[in-house]
Amino acid sequence: MSKYDELIVELAPRKFQRYGKIWTTGLIIVVILGIIAYIDQIIKGQEVTNMRDYVLWGVYISNFVFFVAISFVGSLGAAILRLTKKAWRTPLVRIAEIIAFAAIIMAGLTIILDMGRPDRLLNLFIHGRLQSPITWDVIIITTYIAISLLILYIPLLPDLAILSKYFKGKTWLSKWYGFFSLKWTGSKKQWEIQSKSIQIVAVLIIPVALILQTVDAWLFSTTYRIGWDSTNFGPYFIAGAFVVGTGGLISVMYVLRKAYHLENHITNMHFDKMGRLLVFACLVYLYFNINEYLLPAFTAPKAETEHLDELFTGLYAPLFWFVTIGGLILPILILIFPKGRKPLPLFIIALLVVVTSWWKRYLIVVPSLLHPFMPMQGVPESWHSYFPSLHEWAIVSGTLAMALLIITILVRYLPIIPIYRTAKEQGILETDKEGQL
Amino acid sequence: MKNKKGLIKQDSGRRKFLKMGIFASGAAVTAVGLNVFADDKTTGEKVKVMTTDGKTVEVDSGSLEKESCCNSHAVSNKEAREGMPGKKFVMVVDLSRCRNALKCQDSCNKNHFITGHNAWLKVYNMRESADTAPYWMPMMCQHCDEPACVTVCPVDATFKRRDGIVLIDNERCIGCRFCMAACPYSTRIFNWSEPDQKAAMEAVDHSPKYSPEHAGSPSIKGTVDKCDFCPHMTRQGKLPHCVSACPNDVFLYGDAYEDTVTNGSGQSYRLSKLLEDKAGYRYLDRLGTHPSVYYLPPAERSDDFVDGLENYTEFESVRKPE
Ligand code: SF4
Ligand code: SF4
Ligand code: SF4
Repeated sequence: MSKYDELIVELAPRKFQRYGKIWTTGLIIVVILGIIAYIDQIIKGQEVTNMRDYVLWGVYISNFVFFVAISFVGSLGAAILRLTKKAWRTPLVRIAEIIAFAAIIMAGLTIILDMGRPDRLLNLFIHGRLQSPITWDVIIITTYIAISLLILYIPLLPDLAILSKYFKGKTWLSKWYGFFSLKWTGSKKQWEIQSKSIQIVAVLIIPVALILQTVDAWLFSTTYRIGWDSTNFGPYFIAGAFVVGTGGLISVMYVLRKAYHLENHITNMHFDKMGRLLVFACLVYLYFNINEYLLPAFTAPKAETEHLDELFTGLYAPLFWFVTIGGLILPILILIFPKGRKPLPLFIIALLVVVTSWWKRYLIVVPSLLHPFMPMQGVPESWHSYFPSLHEWAIVSGTLAMALLIITILVRYLPIIPIYRTAKEQGILETDKEGQL
Repeated sequence: MKNKKGLIKQDSGRRKFLKMGIFASGAAVTAVGLNVFADDKTTGEKVKVMTTDGKTVEVDSGSLEKESCCNSHAVSNKEAREGMPGKKFVMVVDLSRCRNALKCQDSCNKNHFITGHNAWLKVYNMRESADTAPYWMPMMCQHCDEPACVTVCPVDATFKRRDGIVLIDNERCIGCRFCMAACPYSTRIFNWSEPDQKAAMEAVDHSPKYSPEHAGSPSIKGTVDKCDFCPHMTRQGKLPHCVSACPNDVFLYGDAYEDTVTNGSGQSYRLSKLLEDKAGYRYLDRLGTHPSVYYLPPAERSDDFVDGLENYTEFESVRKPE
C-alpha cells in the first residue's frame, strides 16, 4: 500500500465503535426528550416555562446567544486560517467549520423555540419590517447559514471524490459521495473555480460573522433596559464569541484526536497554538468585561448600581464570579504557561470556558429583566425571580444534544482532516497523467 | 357649575363633545359629579368616594359600575390600523387624587376580560426615595409617540396610529416578546397559556369578535396584550372604562388637538392650561418615549396615602372570582 493509500485509510470516515454508538444513542435520546417537551409546550403554551411577564426571555434566548457566539470563531477562525495560508491549520479548519455549521443551524432553530406563535413564522417574511433588530437577525442568520455551508462544502469536493473511489465496494456510500462531489475530477478548470469560490466565501464570511455578532448584541442594546442599553455591546459580544469559539474548537479537537487516534495530525503544536489564541481571546474579552462592569460601577445611577450589586454581591454573585474567574481569569493564568497548553489541561480549560460562556449568556439575559424601570408589583411572587423549568431544561438540552448530533453525523461521514490537502502538503498525492485524481 | 380656572363650563363642554361626536352620551353626571346611574344594581355595600370638589361622600358600590360595552363597534383591520382622522388622544392622570380605589383596574379587567395574573392598568405604590412622600400611581400603556415597542416589532403586529394610539394585532403577533423587553413601562403582558375568558365574557353577555381596537376580546394564546386606550369606547362617544370608573376623577381623557380632556364626571378642562397650572409631566420622558399620558404631580393631596394601603395587594392585580 502506498503512503497515499495509507493516508486515505487513516483519514476516511469510519463506522462508530462501541463508544461512538453509545454516544450517538445518548444524544438521540436527549433530542427526543427535548422534542417531546417542545410538543408539550406547543400544546399548553409557554406557561410550561418559568418565563413570565417580567423575565420574558429566559434560557431559550441565552442559549440562542450562546449558539450564535460559538458559531463565530468556528467560521471566522476558519476564514482567517484559510486566508493566511498557513499549513499548520489544515487539520483544524474542517473541525471549526463543522462546529460553526452545527451551531448556526441550531441558533436558527432555538429562536423559533422561544416564539409564542411558531405557526406564524412566515409572518417574518410576509410582514417583515426592516427597522426591527429581529429582522436583521433573520437576514444575517440565514446568510450565515448559507455561507458556513458553502465554506464547509466547497473545500470538501476533492475529498468526496477520493472517498467515492475509496468506498467502491459499498455502492450506495460511493454513490452518495460521488453525487455530492459534483462530478469532481480534479481538472484544472475545476480547481480554478473551486479556489476562487473558497477565496470569495472566506472573505465574505468575515464581515458577515462580525455583523452577526453585532446584530445579536443589538437585540439587547436597542432596548432601554439597564445592563443592556450599552454602546459597548457589539464588540463585547464579538470578543465573547471569540473566546467561546476557540474554547469549543479546542474541546472538539481533543475529543476527535482521542477517538480517531489522530495524534499524527493534530499535534501538541496545534494545542499550543490554540492555547495561545485562547489566552489572547480571553485578554481581549477581559478588557471588554472591565468596560462593561467595572466602569459603570464608578458612575452608575441608583438603578444601575442595584443591578451591578446583584451581580457582584447579590443573588447572581456566585454565578457571576464562577463565570468571571472560571471563564476568564483562570484560563489566562493557566494558559500563559506552556505546560498549561498541553492537550489535557488545555482541554479541561476549554471545556470550562465553554460551560462558563453558556452561563455568561444567561447572566446577560436574565438579571437585566429583573430590574425594570417600574417596580415589580401586582404579579404573583413567583414572577419576581426566574430559574428555568423542567420543560426549558429538556428543550435546551435537546438543542445542545442536537448540535452535538449534527457534529457527530458530519464527523461520521466526512473526513475531518482534509485528505487531499494533507496528501498534497506531505507530497504523497497520487494522480493520473492528466493530474486528475 | 364650578368655574375654577381651567374648568370649562360643563354645558358648553358637553356641547363641544357632541359636535365632535365623542363622549356624547356616556357621561351622565349627577349633582356631585359622580358616575351614579339609575341602576338597579344596588349592593347595599357603601363605599367612600371623593367628589370633584374634594368632599367625601358615601354611595352604594353598585352605583359605581358603568354599564359594560357592546359588541357593535368592530371596525375593519385596516381602519383599526389607521386610526381616527384628526385626533390625538391623550390622557391625564391626577396623582394628587388617587387613593388606590382600584375601580379603574377592576373596570379595565372586567371590560377587557383580563383573567391572567397581570393587569394592564396597575396602581403602583411609588416612592422615589427615602425622603419623599409615597404616592399612588396608576400606570397603563403610555401610547408613546416614539414607541419602543413599535420600533422593535419585527412584523408590524404592534403599530402606532395617526390618532396616537398604539395597538396590537394579535392575529399577526408572532410572540417574540421583543416589544415587552423594549417597553420601559412594563405595561405589556403575554398570554402564556390559552386565556380562560369564558366566564368573564358570559358575566357581561359579551360575544367576542376580534379587533385590535378592543384588546382582550378575545385574548389570543402566545401573543401580547396591553392597554388599548379604549378606542372601542371612543368610537361610541364614551370615555375609556378606567376613566369613567374612577370615583375620584383621577383620569381625564381627550383630544390634544381640541386641547380638551374630560374626567369621569364629565367635566372638561383645557389640556394645556391644566398641564401648565398643575405642572404636568410625562413619566420617564427623558428616555425619549414621548408618552401620550400626562401626570399631574401628587401635590396638595386631599387624602392620606395610607388609606390606599387597604386595597393594596402586592402580588395580585387581577381579582379572581371566588
Ligand atoms: S408604554 Fe410601552 S407598550 Fe405603550 S407605547 Fe410606550 S413603549 Fe409601547
Ligand atoms: S411579541 Fe408580537 S407585538 Fe411584540 S414585538 Fe413580537 S410580534 Fe411584535
Ligand atoms: S384606557 Fe382602557 S385599556 Fe387602557 S387602562 Fe383604561 S380601561 Fe384599560
